[in-house]
Amino acid sequence: MTYARGLKPLSIATVVATVVGFALVFFYAPVDADQGFVQKIFYVHVPMAIVALCGFVAGGIMAIKHLRSREPSWDMRSYVAIHMSIILGLGVLITGAIWAKASWGHWWVWDEPVLVSFLVVFLLYCVYYPLRFSIEDPERQARASSVFAIAAGAFVPINFAAVRLAESFTHPRVLSQTGGDLPGEMRLTFLVCLAAMSLLFVTLWKLELTSKHAAMSLKRLRTRLAAAPS
Amino acid sequence: MPALPLDEAGKYVAGAYVVFVALILIYVAILGAKIARIAREIDEMASEK
Repeated sequence: MTYARGLKPLSIATVVATVVGFALVFFYAPVDADQGFVQKIFYVHVPMAIVALCGFVAGGIMAIKHLRSREPSWDMRSYVAIHMSIILGLGVLITGAIWAKASWGHWWVWDEPVLVSFLVVFLLYCVYYPLRFSIEDPERQARASSVFAIAAGAFVPINFAAVRLAESFTHPRVLSQTGGDLPGEMRLTFLVCLAAMSLLFVTLWKLELTSKHAAMSLKRLRTRLAAAPS
Repeated sequence: MPALPLDEAGKYVAGAYVVFVALILIYVAILGAKIARIAREIDEMASEK
């Protein structure tokens, strides 16, 4: 099974990177002078947001591959990438709300473009499920899902750029052209956490693809056995 | 807003990390249940034949 190839070393690397990342967060990275201990949420919230948004874009790229090749496996890859990104997106919204409450005293701030734009992207992708599963014909389902994934995937970087151009600076800017204001220890910790989150995404993506592939193979086998003369 | 004291900030930080770990664990548990079901069905098919 191709999807399962390399899953074991990838899983080990993910666990190691996550443990190292968490250790750096709590034992190495200094406490932020401005926000204090609550800034530690940054190391889980921001990598999750970056990986979720990259996952949405990756889903769009895989959808392009599907439309070009008509290969159903690309549609499945795109679907699983979007599915994983929605789960991470939910985590981003919850951890972001916790951080906002601790830093600003409010669970949500409606006039902050970064928050609202992420919510818009998240809700946009929530439409993907009803769209996909309302179509019964597998070929049409895959085609419509791919078109949606491409359009929504193109929206993500446009949305990101629009937010960058916005005037409000309530939400901290992490990735700037000058590399942000993170000191060395914080930057290293952040990069390790980002790498761990990326590895986690790829591992779970491969694991779910393996599971879906096995389920489909089993279904095909059942159909073949049922059709075979006894 | 001034920085929260450690005991109060700790609750928020723990909450955020627990949310992250819980999300991943729930996801892995659901996936594990699916894989277990597939394995069971394969065993059933093998014993039918």
